[in-house]
Amino acid sequence: MTVNRRRADWPRAFAHVPLGILAMAFLTPLVWLVVSSLQPREQIGKVPPEWLPRGYELTLATGERLWVTPPERVGTERVLVAPLAGPKSGIPVLVSPRDFSNGELRLAGPSPTSVQQRLPAKLIQRVPGYFVSVSESSAANYASQAARRFYVDPRQISSRIRPLFANYEQAILALSTDAHDKSISLGTLLGKSRLPWTSRGDTSRTVTFLSYLANTLTVALLGVLGTVFSSALAAYGLSRIDWPGQKPLFAITLATMMVPFPVLMIPLYSLFRSLGWLGTLAPLWVPACFGGAFNIFLLRQFFATIPRELSEAARLDGASEIAIFFRIILPLAKPVLATVALFHFLYVWNDFLGPLIFLTDPDTFTMALGLQQYQSQSGGSEWQFLMAASVLLVAPVVALFFVTQKTFIRGIATTGIKG
Amino acid sequence: MTPLEKRNLKLGLLFCAPWLIGIGTFLLYPIASALIYALCDYSVLLPPVYIGTENYRELFTDPLVYKSLWNTVVYATGSVLLSTLVSLSLALLLNTKVQGLAFYRTVFFLPSLMPVVAGSVLFMWLFNGQSGLINAFLATLGVSGPAWLADPRFAKLAMILMATWGSGHAMVIVLAGLQDVPMALHEAAIIDGATYWDRLWHVTLPMLSPVLYFNVIMGLIGGFQAFTQAFIMTDATGSPERSTLFFVLHLFNVAFQDLRMGYACALACVLFLIILSLTWVLTKVSARFIVYDR
Repeated sequence: MTVNRRRADWPRAFAHVPLGILAMAFLTPLVWLVVSSLQPREQIGKVPPEWLPRGYELTLATGERLWVTPPERVGTERVLVAPLAGPKSGIPVLVSPRDFSNGELRLAGPSPTSVQQRLPAKLIQRVPGYFVSVSESSAANYASQAARRFYVDPRQISSRIRPLFANYEQAILALSTDAHDKSISLGTLLGKSRLPWTSRGDTSRTVTFLSYLANTLTVALLGVLGTVFSSALAAYGLSRIDWPGQKPLFAITLATMMVPFPVLMIPLYSLFRSLGWLGTLAPLWVPACFGGAFNIFLLRQFFATIPRELSEAARLDGASEIAIFFRIILPLAKPVLATVALFHFLYVWNDFLGPLIFLTDPDTFTMALGLQQYQSQSGGSEWQFLMAASVLLVAPVVALFFVTQKTFIRGIATTGIKG
Repeated sequence: MTPLEKRNLKLGLLFCAPWLIGIGTFLLYPIASALIYALCDYSVLLPPVYIGTENYRELFTDPLVYKSLWNTVVYATGSVLLSTLVSLSLALLLNTKVQGLAFYRTVFFLPSLMPVVAGSVLFMWLFNGQSGLINAFLATLGVSGPAWLADPRFAKLAMILMATWGSGHAMVIVLAGLQDVPMALHEAAIIDGATYWDRLWHVTLPMLSPVLYFNVIMGLIGGFQAFTQAFIMTDATGSPERSTLFFVLHLFNVAFQDLRMGYACALACVLFLIILSLTWVLTKVSARFIVYDR
């Protein structure tokens, strides 16, 4: 080929610069989410921000080691001394270290011009200019002494990188809600009362992180099974059987994708209310079992590409339509079925408006709704716990993406191309 | 009707039966009910009472309807424009056969997987006026950042930026579209002496137009239904100064806080009409630019 390839491909060499900058911009919020979720409270909201979760450790005279807040300067260093002579003998005074040396205290007179006094004195205590407090993560183990605050020399404190995984335990506890449920909590059931996700073994607080997870997975599992099966049935009827309804029903199916959920929301609320389904998980998975327009569309596009001859041959062998569907089409369509299952799972996992409207009872909350409830009650303070709770919601999705990357990218790509 | 046609009709109905029931119960019935409730005074607790077009007349005098509609239009337009621009740029950069394509694609795509609830909580933290990361970054550039979600002039922009962060989904679609553009067209253009930018304008973009149109329509339909981020970031109030009171958030509050389901249905019908006409207009306008012929 006579084409000058080098010139034609010029953007290739430079693409790394904008891509690198954009990649940083896209990645930073995710990194910050994880970093914040592992930081102790003291580091949250520091200006300028600190990127590495850091712990400060103080070793007490007893040898006990405590996690403490970063040293905070309260003033200059002082010494507490008691004069051994003079009118104020025995009464401790706080002075600068400059005014006390070799067991002698220098005291200025009443006025700047008066003679300086020198008195023998004894040192009671050095007061460093910094203080630290016992951090929350150590507070539970450090109940023996009353003092929570120490005046220290910063050199006594060792600081090192320390991700605070206890934030996740706290977040799981915080996600749990008070409820009236009298059923036995999982912690009691397992004979352990201090599993973090069963909220301190307190039987009045049984709606926990674990029930949110179980609810979400129930809705997702039932919905995925239902929608994959029904959508595949409909897609088959719309692509591989010649009947008069085929084209109009496909057109209707596509049109339904434009109906905004807010239009359906109130009548559905009223319908589910009269069925007694409010406060149960049914409104979130039963409708999925009748198929979904988008899923039918995806499956139909794939079914249409399977050669007709396959079905014809099977029919000649006396196979029924149902048998062709189950034995020939479904096995061939496994990748697309996986895409549909994946998309529906994600839809359920991320859905918020549906659970918000239909779930009235904390027992039935899903993960997303649980996180929102915690967020709105926390009043936007404990960011490290909120971030940890968010990571708990995001991590399974990210893990799922890395496991099923191909299915993902292919599925999304086809929606646009054939749309 | 021949026996074969009869058999096929039966089979067709059989296979589509669940979906037909589904359309009827969870789509057509609700749409019909919404149209009827819109003409009623309805609180869910009591049976609906017919009041004619009262709800629609009130709707035109409700200042919050105009306010929320304006907010929604700004948000939807802003986020669709910015997302389209970003997803197109990313896809074009990735389509240069750059090394590490899989890595970059993963990085750009991951944020779009973020559940909206978690994303909203994260961006509340990032956009925090005092100690948020974004203002800390701006401070290093010597810019003193605004209070973002607490400032009525910046709250919508903050949400638009958050939506743009999730444009990796659209990018994957554009990238697939780019890979479908026949190489022969590019090679012909190169032989004719076309530069990269000539080819971008005269070959790539026209060939990409159906995909871009798809993304814009989907983005607008989604943008007009924006709810969750505003609900979470403002605790359902649409604060500050109702600058993030989106149409669906207003509708939700009318329905589930004031228990005025009839009025909310009228709002929903208006939303439906807006989305339908917007799609129709865009389809008509874009028909001149879109190249479906491959």
